[in-house]
Order: sequence, then structure tokens, then C-alpha cells
Amino acid sequence: MDSIVQFAQQDLGNPGLAALLSNPSFAFIQLMNSFSQAMNLFIIAAGLSLIFGVLRVINFAHGAFYMFGAYIVYSVAQEWTGNFWLGVAAAGLGLAVMAVVIERGLFQYIYDKEHLMQLLLTFAVVLILSDVAKIIWGTDQYSVSYPASMKGAVDLGVTFYPTYRLFLIVVGPAIAIGLWLFTERTRFGRLTRAATQDREMLSALGVNVPIIYTGVFILGSVLAGIGGGLAAPFNSPTPGMDATIIVDCFVIVIVGGLGSIWGSFIGAIIYGLVFNYGSVIVPNWQDVFPFLILLAVLLVRPWGLFGKPEGGNA
Amino acid sequence: MTGRMTRPVLAACLTVLVLLALVPLLESNYLIDLFNEIMIYALFALSLNVIIGYSGNVSFGHAAYFAIGGYTMAILLTTYEWSLLPAFAAAVAFSFACSAVVAYFCTRLTDIYFAMLTLAFSMLVWGVAFKWRSMTGGDDGFVGVDVPAFIAERVPFYYFSLVVIATAVAVLWVICHSAFGRALLAVRENPVRAGFVGINTRLMRWWAFVVAGTFAGIAGSLFAMVHRGMYTESAFWPESATVLIMTLLGGMYSFFGPAIGAASLFLLERLTNEYTEYWPLVLGTILLAILMFLPEGLAGLAQAVRRQILRGR
Repeated sequence: MDSIVQFAQQDLGNPGLAALLSNPSFAFIQLMNSFSQAMNLFIIAAGLSLIFGVLRVINFAHGAFYMFGAYIVYSVAQEWTGNFWLGVAAAGLGLAVMAVVIERGLFQYIYDKEHLMQLLLTFAVVLILSDVAKIIWGTDQYSVSYPASMKGAVDLGVTFYPTYRLFLIVVGPAIAIGLWLFTERTRFGRLTRAATQDREMLSALGVNVPIIYTGVFILGSVLAGIGGGLAAPFNSPTPGMDATIIVDCFVIVIVGGLGSIWGSFIGAIIYGLVFNYGSVIVPNWQDVFPFLILLAVLLVRPWGLFGKPEGGNA
Repeated sequence: MTGRMTRPVLAACLTVLVLLALVPLLESNYLIDLFNEIMIYALFALSLNVIIGYSGNVSFGHAAYFAIGGYTMAILLTTYEWSLLPAFAAAVAFSFACSAVVAYFCTRLTDIYFAMLTLAFSMLVWGVAFKWRSMTGGDDGFVGVDVPAFIAERVPFYYFSLVVIATAVAVLWVICHSAFGRALLAVRENPVRAGFVGINTRLMRWWAFVVAGTFAGIAGSLFAMVHRGMYTESAFWPESATVLIMTLLGGMYSFFGPAIGAASLFLLERLTNEYTEYWPLVLGTILLAILMFLPEGLAGLAQAVRRQILRGR
């Protein structure tokens, strides 16, 4: 082992890699950081993937929803009530309201239009929402403090780890399982899967398909809002955060497979691992690696690791 | 239709060209710069339309080639002190090479996956421009491009830019109206049938992508000179979306539509900025209105109006 460390340190001239190999707790912290980042991203990406899976729309405005979630947490938790969890709940509720307005007011008209039209419509929503956020919250960078009960760190035996980040690692899989149970085990979930397969047949059977679409859009958007709210303590709400997060989400959902919940889960973990270990081994270039993975996946398996090829037009 | 301009179109083009050539007589630095930038964006939008309007694929990463052309020009002129012609040739050649490689991969996919792959490649270009600080200046941008002395003044540069862009647009026009352009339209309208009549659809889409990327590179290299700098925002995805909106606003089913769209959008942005800082809000609202009420853009609107008038007679 020592010789490998020495090889990394001296022959490769890579102190980051050497530190990972020689210091287990450092490597462990990177692993935990990967997971906590991944689980936060998963919550947001799952919403995007869910919406695409049923509505067949790639929603660029999903990043703006995330940003609104973060801002709402700031306003409710930091300025108004002082309770972080109330803030997250408000973020979810606020996004549900926004989702209804946007889906009923705009998106319902474009489901049968070309993809170009859909992409541009969602981009129009991005432009409008980002300015609305600027009008409401200005251009300052806000800081949101960690919830009082999770300020410290937990002793994991190997090392101490921040409680809040540990909480994120737990909450991600919980949401994944919840979503899975919802789509596989409930009537509404079954109907959404049916709507993905054959919309016309479903409505011929007397099911109110538009309501299902609205419901799925609300659920996906609420996930973005909650994800943004949970990210607020370490990702300070600021203008422009919507444009960065949406690209991260694209990477995750496409790597995992559009429309697949477990795909997004695995995609998020891959993203987290690549980003965190990448930043140690090749500092400063961590932002580029996820795109390389995305390219690799799109070229070899464009429908993603867990997706299904679309007949004919994929 | 093939290869010939109708007389009214030719007359309109020459009129616009003459008017643009007269702009420096107004002796307003503001207007010269404004028209210079409008021309650059017009070329940028026209180039994108070769992919969208002619081959029927939606590129969501066209800003990448604009940025590649711009950064190459800026770096060669300034860091390596090349003279204008070699630098310009190299910038165009490099845009050509990059789009040729990317096109090879992207044309394997269609539809939403094509759009996502172009987006991914453009984000890669953005990432490199952002992180390769020693070469590109990173997020501070590449500031202080050395424009060669003979076109360093505003008016000579304007004429240089006008000649380059007019030539580029003319070449694009010829390409789009050649047998190649018609074949592309066939691919857009019905890829399966186009394949049956013996058109190599993937090769056609590859060429469309490469032509588009190369001309975007030309626009980008002029942009680097007019601004004396190049910034990472030019490669970020919202820039790709903006040029897409220009194309759509003008109308993607007409050759000159995107240029009109670029000019309208650019002027509108300047005008809006006089009154409010919330340009994106205005742009978003315009975009919603186009998508909902004018799916064929301004050019489509003009045609509809003309049809109405003819019918009324």
C-alpha cells in the first residue's frame, strides 16, 4: 500500500490521489460527501424525470422551481418564522401552487406539439421566473442556517460527519422508495404508468387524463421545491443557481434513463462520486467530468442506463 | 427555385446591403457598434437555421461553435500575435474541425436525444473555457484582444465585418439553395423516403451541422474583435437558447427569417434596456406569445398577411 501511495505522490505527482489512498477517513469523507450531494440532486432530478416520463416534456424550468424552493425557505425560515422545516414545507406548498398555474395555464397546450416548441416554451418560463425571482428577492446572496436540531456532527466511528448532510443521505433513499411505492402500488401510480403507455386508450376508458398530467407535474415540481429548500443551507439562494442546477439534473436523468426513478437514483450517485473524487484527483476540473460521463452514455446508450429505447424516434 | 434569387428578394438584399454600407455616414459610434453586432447575430442565427430549418434537428448547443471561433481568434491574435488572415483562417478551420467531430456523434441520434447531446457538447466547451484560466481567462473572460491596426478603428472594422458577413451570407444562401439544400429539406420532411430515393440522410445531416458550426465560428470570431474580448457567457447554454429564439422569432422555414429575427430581438433588447432591467421577463413573454400565436415566426406572419391581401383583391 505504501508503495502505491508513494507512486501516486511522487511518480504521478498527484497529492490528491495520494491523500485518498493513504488517509482512509479522508477517502471516507469524500464518499459521504458524494452521497449527500447525490441524494440532494436525486430529489430534484427525480422530479424532472417523473415529469418527462409521463408528460414527455423536458422541463428547463425545473431549475427555476428549485431556485424558488431555496428562496422560499430563506423567506419563511430565515426571515419570518425561524423554523427550517416550516420553510421546507412552505417551499413544497408554494411549488405546488406554481405548478398548477403553469401546467393549466401553459403546458397543457403543448403536449402534442414538436419538441422544439416544448423546449422553448419551458425556456420562456425560465426567463420569466428568473426575473420574477429577481423582482421579489433582488440579486443578493442569502444565507440560510442549518436547522437547530442538526447543527452538530455525528461520530461515525471512523470520523465525525455533519448531521445535516447525514440526514440528506437518509432522506434520499426514503424519497426514492416512497416514489417507487407510489408509482407501483397505488391506483394513481398505476394510472400514471398507463398514461405513459397509451394516453388515448386511457381516456377512452373513462379516466380523466388531464388531471393525471397535472398531478404528476405538481409532484415533480414539489420535489424540485423541496430539493431546493433542503439545499438552501449549503447552496445559498442566489440568481443564476437555476441555470447551473438544471444542467446537473440533465446529466443525471439522461445517464440514469429519462423517466426511470431508480435510474435517476443511480445517475445521481455516479454524478456525486465523479464530482467529489474528481475534484480531489484532478482539482478544478470537476465541473467538466459529469459532461464527459453524459457524452459517454449518450453515445453508447442514449436512452440511459435504466431507460428503454423509444421505438423509432429514439 | 433552385440556385436563383427572385428579383424582389435580390432587390431587397441589395437595398439592405447599401443601407448597411451607409450606416457609418451617420457618424454615431453607438449606431455603428449596434449594427455591427446585429449583423454578427444575424449570421449566427442564419447558421443555426441550416440545422433547424433545413435538416430539421434542434441544436441546443450552437453557442459552442460561436465561442470556439471567438476564443480561437482572440487567443491567436493576442497571445500568439498572429496576423489577421492566418488567425481568421485558423478560427474558421478550428470551428469546422470541432463541429465535424461533434456532428459525427450527434448525427447518430435524432430528436430530443440529438438536442441533449448538442447541449452536452456545448457544456463541455463551456467547462473548458471556464476552467482553462491560463488560456481563456476563465470566468473573468479573455479581455483585450489585439485587433490588427488597419481595422482597429471603428469604421474600417465595420466595413471589414460587413464584407465578411455579406460574403458568408451569400455563400450560405448558395449552399441552402443548391441541390444539397433541397436534399436537406427532403431529409427534414421525410427521412425514410429521402433514404429510399438514395440520399445518405446521416451524411446530409452531418454536412448541415458542419456548415452551421463553421459559419457560427465566423460570427464568433468577428464578435471577439468587435468586443475586444470573449466571455464564458457566450458558450453557456442560455446563449444557445437565445440564438434559437432569434431563429424561431424570424421564422425557421425561410432563409432570411432568422436574420430578421436576430435584428428584431437585438433592437428590442436595446430598447427594453432603456426602460427596465428586466429584459429576460420581456423576452420570455415575447417567446410565449410567438409559441402560442405565431409558430412560423415573423416571416410566416408576413406570408400570411400577403396571402390575405392577395385573396382580398
